[in-house]
Amino acid sequence: MNLEPVIGLEVHVELKTESKMFSPAPAHFGAEPNTNTNEIDWGYPGVLPVVNKRAIEFGMKAALALNCTIANDSKFDRKNYFYPDTPKAYQISQFDQPLGYDGWIDIEVNGETKRIRIERVHLEEDAGKNMHGDNGSSYVDLNRQGTPLIEIVSEADMRSPEEAYAYLSTIRQLIQFTGVSDVKMQEGSMRCDANISLRPFGQEAFGTKTELKNLNSINNVRKGLEYEINRQEKLLIAGGALAQETRRYDETTGETILMRVKEGSSDYRYFPEPDIPNLKISEEWIQSVRESLPEMPKDRQVRYVKEYKIPEYDAQVLTASVEMSNFFQETVDHKADPKQASNWLMGEVSAYLNSEQVDLLDTAMTPKALAEMINLIADGTISSKIAKKVFRELVTNGSDDVKALVKEKGWVQLSDTSTLMPIINETLDNNAQSIEDYKNGKDRALGFLVGQVMKQTKGQANPGMVNKLLKEEMDKR
Amino acid sequence: MDFLDYTLEELHNMLVNKKTTAVELMEAVYENIEKTDGQVGAFLELSKDEALRAAKEADEKGIDPNNVLSGLPIGIKDNIVTKGVKTTAASKMLEDFIPTYDATVVEKLREAGMISVGKLNMDEFAMGGSTENSAFKLTRNPWHLNKVPGGSSGGSAAAVAAGQVPVSLGSDTGGSIRQPAAFTGTVGLKPTYGRVSRYGLIAFGSSLDTIGPFTRTVKDNALVMNAISGPDKRDSTTYKGEVPDFTEGIEEGVKGLRIGVPEEYFQEHGEEQGVADAVKEALELYKELGAEVVPVHLPHTDYGIPAYYIIASSEAASNLQRFDGIHYGYRSEDVHSLEDIYVKSRSEGFGREVKRRIMLGTFSLSSGYYNAHFKKAAEARTLIRKDFDGVFEDVDILISPTTTTTAYDIGGKIEDPLAMYLSDVLTVPINLAGIPALSIPCGFSNGLPVGMQLIGKAFDEKTLYRAAYAYEQATDYHKQKPTFKGGE
Repeated sequence: MNLEPVIGLEVHVELKTESKMFSPAPAHFGAEPNTNTNEIDWGYPGVLPVVNKRAIEFGMKAALALNCTIANDSKFDRKNYFYPDTPKAYQISQFDQPLGYDGWIDIEVNGETKRIRIERVHLEEDAGKNMHGDNGSSYVDLNRQGTPLIEIVSEADMRSPEEAYAYLSTIRQLIQFTGVSDVKMQEGSMRCDANISLRPFGQEAFGTKTELKNLNSINNVRKGLEYEINRQEKLLIAGGALAQETRRYDETTGETILMRVKEGSSDYRYFPEPDIPNLKISEEWIQSVRESLPEMPKDRQVRYVKEYKIPEYDAQVLTASVEMSNFFQETVDHKADPKQASNWLMGEVSAYLNSEQVDLLDTAMTPKALAEMINLIADGTISSKIAKKVFRELVTNGSDDVKALVKEKGWVQLSDTSTLMPIINETLDNNAQSIEDYKNGKDRALGFLVGQVMKQTKGQANPGMVNKLLKEEMDKR
Repeated sequence: MDFLDYTLEELHNMLVNKKTTAVELMEAVYENIEKTDGQVGAFLELSKDEALRAAKEADEKGIDPNNVLSGLPIGIKDNIVTKGVKTTAASKMLEDFIPTYDATVVEKLREAGMISVGKLNMDEFAMGGSTENSAFKLTRNPWHLNKVPGGSSGGSAAAVAAGQVPVSLGSDTGGSIRQPAAFTGTVGLKPTYGRVSRYGLIAFGSSLDTIGPFTRTVKDNALVMNAISGPDKRDSTTYKGEVPDFTEGIEEGVKGLRIGVPEEYFQEHGEEQGVADAVKEALELYKELGAEVVPVHLPHTDYGIPAYYIIASSEAASNLQRFDGIHYGYRSEDVHSLEDIYVKSRSEGFGREVKRRIMLGTFSLSSGYYNAHFKKAAEARTLIRKDFDGVFEDVDILISPTTTTTAYDIGGKIEDPLAMYLSDVLTVPINLAGIPALSIPCGFSNGLPVGMQLIGKAFDEKTLYRAAYAYEQATDYHKQKPTFKGGE
């Protein structure tokens, strides 16, 4: 039996607003439990929700970035269920009139582009957090309660874990560019549940699906799906039947573990939220939000290639994250050669970030400093070899004036003939054999001599200059 | 001092002219309560020390001659939250609940200089029409102590009727202000939905809930509405339009006013003949005063009760989920699991009527039943609203009895929920349509007050007050005092 995986993803993204979705309490993290809360977040008797307009705009931005149509008539609904992290015992969400619908994104897997459709993007509020103490008691922290969320529901268009991986990476990239969320899975500002089923190739109908939870990184989504495809395949090939299950991915074992078997769908008794008037979204409003969207990755790529003449591959890598893209842009704005800026960011900088496991914006290096360094290489003030030292200094300590820095550190390249000539002559005087070898056409001799000069100058001599002066001097002798 | 003898304006003038003080008025309140509340049972909680302190402060600050409400006492229904003062909604679930904030209406009353004297009894979570569903006490009708005061704002109505306080606040989701006003011979307004902020009103049916005043006279009522109306940024369902002075033009009379009489509201609903007769007599008086009285039809009236009980109960079932024993309120002692906390706390904390409505609402919203119940009810609601839109193209106000009977015996309907629900037939359509309606006394039947309901266009409370005032000036029903007869 030849089976085809069918995958659909539900992605929750926290919106980075100042205040909460329906209350004026701050929507920030890291505070002492229950300090960023008020009566509305506690679900106190008598309180009413008031919609945060900014959250709607952020939701619209995200939906537009995902090519959704924005509904002119939208509304909120109550999703009813009992759980201690949800003090009203209902979540305000959107049921049948989501903010955005009929979107899509293009993903690239193995060099091929595929379009994944997005069914809907809707707004809702986050729940609090339950915490279990070691004294047998449980506690509830409502700081997160009411944080604005969007839920992005894909169509079941993905056919492999790699496609799911690419879909999530692209969603994260696009939303990150809009600036409405940090979209960090490790920190929970982006969360993903995956629906996965198998069916024989060519079959129209979907198989019985499993819902995967606790996928806390994009990589774990891929791994969890891989494990699950394997598990389902074995079961089906052995002639077994699948139950509709919710399973949890266990990061340590790489396996999925049964949480519960679903019997029918849960009844959340959705109904229109009577405390919030229906949302009327005018075309003018949509247009103004659309215009406020920053330049998105695809547009940037096209512009980089056209304007900065850098290869398409570079443009893609540079726009993978908004930090990298902005850094590149600013470096170029500080008059660095674009190709050099790209080389540094994709090479040395990326390697450093990987090895140190830090974010670009967490280093001490500014785009201005990088641009200055690149220009100092270009004008011969420093050698590319020394530049690596300069770079280390820039990422660890930073600098407002790289030219002054290299002077102070004594890293300026020796290009001055009057300084270099005595050393050249001394080296030639001490290596008569090399001169002879050079004259007999042994190129290696020149290399040896250059090395000697570099050693003498502790690497500060301009190698091109040394090369040139050595040749000239030997020709004279 | 008997508050039955004075209007708010008269009390205000006495304060301004130093014939009395806010402290004396406040002391009178507590004397009245001391004297009659043993029989009536209107109050659940008194804030005597705080109220006397506030009265003293008002005296020291001086009564504002331009602010008719300054320094006057008011009673608050116990489903309106009051900071630092126990607010129970007459439920065991909130037996010890002390809110951390004030409802918007409470803030507004304080800004207007009014002083809250305490919290008034009601049907638990405002569910009921007799105040017999209070978890804590029975409230009796000051006109006859064996009769119910109506509900759910029975405490608010009885306190004003008994002269304990000159004014009180109630809430009306399906008739909970107008019906007790009718039963106790007081004036009660259910404002247009959105006219008064609901922030701080413990929600029952969120799309139907309104807050309004109980008073002895029409003008008193308009004066309190002036203070509590207006948009509130904490309640997105409040009306953003301007609030008129509700007393302006109140004396202009009804000459040329077109009054519609919905025939469906006078048909057999098992009503007392004396009730319909009193209202018909009032309509004759209106003609004499120069109004035109024309018959109109509200053909979807029969859908009112089923639509109302489905919508209100569905919203209530959801609104009352927060009382889950986790974050505040009653929690059962005998619990061994999360499920236990939910099931036992709610089973023990809610009364029978509340549980009945939670079940009705939960059922109506369940998948598979939603379309046949909640959705159908929402459609019926639209038809009812259109009925009113249609007749208001032709008439200025509508007049009907507020209730089909006068106050009934305590224990008379409590074992028959359906009879209790059906008695709301004349009030619930108004909530479904979101429009304003006022109940004023218009006579007596079997020695008990009869209420007349004046129904208006959305946000046109002013015309209701003007029409009611004209009638009140031509009659003396509002001057009658309760007899406190009966009782054991």
